Amino acid sequence: MSRLALRFGERIAADSSALVTYLVAGDPAPAVTVPAMHALAGAGVDVIELGIPFSDPEAEGADIQAGCERALLHKVRLRDVLDMVVTFRERDTRTAVVLMGYLNSVEAMGYQRFADAAAEAGVDGVILVNLPPEEADDLRQALHGRGVDLIFLLAPTTTDERARHVLSQASGFVYYVSLKGPTGSANLDVDGVRSRLDELRAMTSLPLAVGFGIRDGGTAQAVAGFADGVVVGSALVRRMGELAAQPDAIPAAAAAFASELRAAMDAA
Amino acid sequence: MSREDVVALQQPQAQSSAAGGMVSYADYNFPDERGHFGRFGGRFVAETLTHALDDLDRVYRALKADPEFQRRIDRDLAEFVGRPSPLYLAERLTRELGGAKIYLKREDLNHTGAHKVNNTIGQALLAQHMGKRRIIAETGAGQHGVASATVAARLGMECVVYMGAEDVERQSLNVYRMKLLGARVVAVESGSRTLKDAMNEAMRDWVTNVDDTHYIIGTVAGPHPYPALVRDFQAVIGRETREQCLAAEGRLPDVLVACVGGGSNALGLFHPFIRDPGVRMIGVEAGGDGIATGRHAAPLCAGVPGVLHGNRTYLMEDEDGQIIATHSISAGLDYPGVGPEHAFLKDLGRAEYVAVTDDEALRAFHHLTRTEGIMPALETSHALAWVMTHAPQMDPRQIIVVNLSGRGDKDIMTVARHDGIEL
Repeated sequence: MSRLALRFGERIAADSSALVTYLVAGDPAPAVTVPAMHALAGAGVDVIELGIPFSDPEAEGADIQAGCERALLHKVRLRDVLDMVVTFRERDTRTAVVLMGYLNSVEAMGYQRFADAAAEAGVDGVILVNLPPEEADDLRQALHGRGVDLIFLLAPTTTDERARHVLSQASGFVYYVSLKGPTGSANLDVDGVRSRLDELRAMTSLPLAVGFGIRDGGTAQAVAGFADGVVVGSALVRRMGELAAQPDAIPAAAAAFASELRAAMDAA
Repeated sequence: MSREDVVALQQPQAQSSAAGGMVSYADYNFPDERGHFGRFGGRFVAETLTHALDDLDRVYRALKADPEFQRRIDRDLAEFVGRPSPLYLAERLTRELGGAKIYLKREDLNHTGAHKVNNTIGQALLAQHMGKRRIIAETGAGQHGVASATVAARLGMECVVYMGAEDVERQSLNVYRMKLLGARVVAVESGSRTLKDAMNEAMRDWVTNVDDTHYIIGTVAGPHPYPALVRDFQAVIGRETREQCLAAEGRLPDVLVACVGGGSNALGLFHPFIRDPGVRMIGVEAGGDGIATGRHAAPLCAGVPGVLHGNRTYLMEDEDGQIIATHSISAGLDYPGVGPEHAFLKDLGRAEYVAVTDDEALRAFHHLTRTEGIMPALETSHALAWVMTHAPQMDPRQIIVVNLSGRGDKDIMTVARHDGIEL
């Protein structure tokens, strides 16, 4: 069984939800990333989404754009991101790691080379924001051949017919984008998301994680009541950015935030 | 067209190694229904936008076949834009260069001063038909922003234009024009602060406001169906040129020349001639300080295939796939990508792509202004620079048509600054 299936499975079996957190690899400096990942795992994070810095992150709001720009100041490459996973895996074989970014980073490396390197590094899944299933056949085959899941997103604008098609291609888990907008947007409609998730559950047995608009214990708790996974990205990246001048303080701050989220979710 | 030729068209890599000029283009019909031009094009966007793009594709296909909609566009192009634009024989320029006969397709005489309005007229009518009350646009030089603000004012729609902060500084006249027309201009401070960043920000707006907003992409790039849709609206340039050249000369031109940033004016001129293999097509990219310096905006001449802004095409990127900063004296060409159909035509060998430098474009700007009394946009001046070096080597019986895609009033400050003159 894959690490993603195990981590989601454990939480679902305990009538709880997985905590999924996103950070940009190399933000605000390359040396911070692996210690921050360990700190997050230690605070109860089940799945770490590690962002691949990209020059043109067209689906990201201001916080994650700034995170990408901070990482790119250090010229963090996809190869470096994979090396960070290798280092993380030396001490943690339990926490699932998902790389998240834009297709061009993977195209530049080449699909097969990327699939091989990701599998060897211990990556469990890949999310590419601008790669819909219609364009994904070749990459999905390369990744599946190496046991790595290609995770797709569903949005509030996705029709039932299209959702069925996307879900037929999905593996790992399903990332439900809770609102229309870039990452970091406000105005989460909890009731609307809950009822849509009920409908999607009838179409798939994969875990359903919800992201976008979850920024604190309160919103995490609300979503944990009905989702299999709660994804927090911009709120964590913003906190890390605020500590850019004191990078040594970042792992502890990240852990404190994750603990707060986990505690709120467990109280759901 | 034989089966082998069809296969060759669909596999540009295989074709380009075959003997040049052997392929028939009689059945050229791209993109396919998912927006692919061979390996280029497609639709690479966040899931939230897929539904809106499906809607746009469906509505556009229906309206394309609707004679009433076509009549409405034709009427607007005639009465609001002032079409057809003249095909003007540049006699003095021809005489001075001493070679091929040079015609200028006068898109600079359109309302708002460039070819961009051909597309915004069509897309605004589409937006209205889809019940959208708000339009957004990205702009580099400001011509597409002005053309969008203009149609929004006319139809009473809200308009927001995203423009890189660097372009806001170098195109202040167009920024003010947009404001006068009632548009809100948002200066984009992220990334390289130019056209590509404006496009990123427009995509973020669209993903947020997709229910009531139509995004008028200004060039033949972006996710399907934009490259085909914008091309179709701009193809009026080539259709008119064909008729006008046949009327004036009794035959088709030998060479078509146009500047290429995203490539909408070039494709508008080229597309109606793709099936005529005797007509050469030259796309001129921005060579900036020179291709060898790396400071340019010429992805077809010096880029590699990749995925950006919803489509696969030639891009300027580093070995890690990061998009690299571009440079051109012309804000409208300062873009690291290019429309996917140009990428396809390059690989097929059907069109040729070259680059000219900032200095060559400036010389052409001055030359046309002095010899014909026509002040071209700096974008357009790139196409003219190719003509200045190549027309003299051609036979006087040959005919060149240059797309005079825009007028140069907006560039006067840039030219003055470059010439060391304070206004």
